[in-house]
Amino acid sequence: MKSTHRLLLLPVAIFFMAFWLLPVSRLLILPAEQDWRLYFVFLTEARYAWSLINTLGLSISVTLVTLILGAAVGLYLGRQQFPGRQLLLSILTLPLSFPGVIIGFFMILLAGRQGLVTDITQALGLGRFSFAYGLAGLFLAYLYFSLPRAIAAYAAAAQSMDKSVEEAARSLGARRWHIIRDVWMVQLEPTTSACAAIVFATSMGAFGTAFTLSSQFEVLPITIYSEFTNFANFTLAASLSITLGLFTWFALFLTRRQEIVTGVASQ
Amino acid sequence: MTRRTQSPGLALITAIVAVFMLTPMALSTSAALVNNYSQGFASGLTLRWLEQVITVYGQTVVWSIAIAVACVIGNILIGVPAAYALARNPSRWAKTFEEVLTLPVAVPGLATGLALILAYGTLRDFRQSYSFILVGHMIFTLPFLVRTVTAAFQRPDLVAMDEAAKTLGANFRQRFLGILVPAVLPAIAAGSLMVFTLSIGEFNLTWMLHTPLTRTLPVGLADSYASMRLEVGSAYTLVFFIVVLPMLWLLQWCTHLLEKKYAN
Repeated sequence: MKSTHRLLLLPVAIFFMAFWLLPVSRLLILPAEQDWRLYFVFLTEARYAWSLINTLGLSISVTLVTLILGAAVGLYLGRQQFPGRQLLLSILTLPLSFPGVIIGFFMILLAGRQGLVTDITQALGLGRFSFAYGLAGLFLAYLYFSLPRAIAAYAAAAQSMDKSVEEAARSLGARRWHIIRDVWMVQLEPTTSACAAIVFATSMGAFGTAFTLSSQFEVLPITIYSEFTNFANFTLAASLSITLGLFTWFALFLTRRQEIVTGVASQ
Repeated sequence: MTRRTQSPGLALITAIVAVFMLTPMALSTSAALVNNYSQGFASGLTLRWLEQVITVYGQTVVWSIAIAVACVIGNILIGVPAAYALARNPSRWAKTFEEVLTLPVAVPGLATGLALILAYGTLRDFRQSYSFILVGHMIFTLPFLVRTVTAAFQRPDLVAMDEAAKTLGANFRQRFLGILVPAVLPAIAAGSLMVFTLSIGEFNLTWMLHTPLTRTLPVGLADSYASMRLEVGSAYTLVFFIVVLPMLWLLQWCTHLLEKKYAN
């Protein structure tokens, strides 16, 4: 590497070293300073193990439903022509720029104690049914911030899909299900794997949404936060952050592509 | 031959998803403008919640914009030179450097926030200033700019132009500022747009880094949701939409314009 190039990299290298590498290295060794077994609290203590299982279960199910619905909407909006299509697409992808707290608040307006669904169920004589603060509310909120990403990705991919393959399959008498499985799913595979990794990683690390809902269903980011603020247990918060970070990093590592960096937005 | 495929199943799913996505936005906007949310429009329209938000939380809006702008400028200053160096070095070492830079995106903001507090929490003046939040935002958004601009610097025609200018005797400064940077301006604009969007909406990291005296728009939002009436929370959300969305559209439009201008 030429010396000019090294000089050009220097500011970024110093900045990154000072404000990420060094702090994170300290975070990584913090549990070891006390007891190396602290790295495994997510296995040894039931409360943390459950928190991790909750988060994994929620993130995986949100990812699956997001991929199915996102692909359906993306394919429809990417391939059909109707007035207002572009407008609908841009409104549906608008929430990409919303912080997670707003989406938590949306769930409260929808199904909280004074929510719309709550009013409707009461009017129907079913009692005041509010699901915002439990698992259902959290699931729908995560779905809400994941869908725009998937819709945008699938709509873009659907527009550039090779129509001739589908036409050929159709004229050879392929059934609809076969076209979905052998033509659409094959052509959309790169989008699917990139999307799955991003949605899973974002759901695992999402904090603002669960924080706003102060959900009864505890997820790992909330556990970490409460260890840090309520119990001032920095070491335990560090250990659980390492666990969480390894999961999200590994998911993204599996599909390491340019899309990951351009696709992840803040939650 | 193109046959238009009617897909009633996909249309139905699209309609349901659209209702699911749009209802909360409509609820929140209307709740911001009525006197009483549980009585709905019957309670009459008002601007008093918006006025209350401006009085109580107006500062957070200004600070969020200031941090986002500073974040863009800071990242351009350190990121664009680095992007050039990375583009001209196809070595494994440079690839690794680029990969490492994207780690803060792959790791939850909560972890980065904890690490920063662990390392710098005791430096009181730094901890209690907005620059603590700014540093976190820059670390988190830097890879978006560097990756976009690196890809632009790698274009073969740019490499040729650089070589031509070099043989004509232009020094590095002249080539970098006179030829290379103007040529990748659309990529810098696109990267800056991403940086701005991410910074202004960032919560996970910011919530860890903020103090009662240093609050951004999303931090204020979380505060209002926890401690104020639904109408005030809705009005604050509406302020976010009114301030942020037009800015994003304007930036998007400028980026498009630059891309069009440089495409010819």
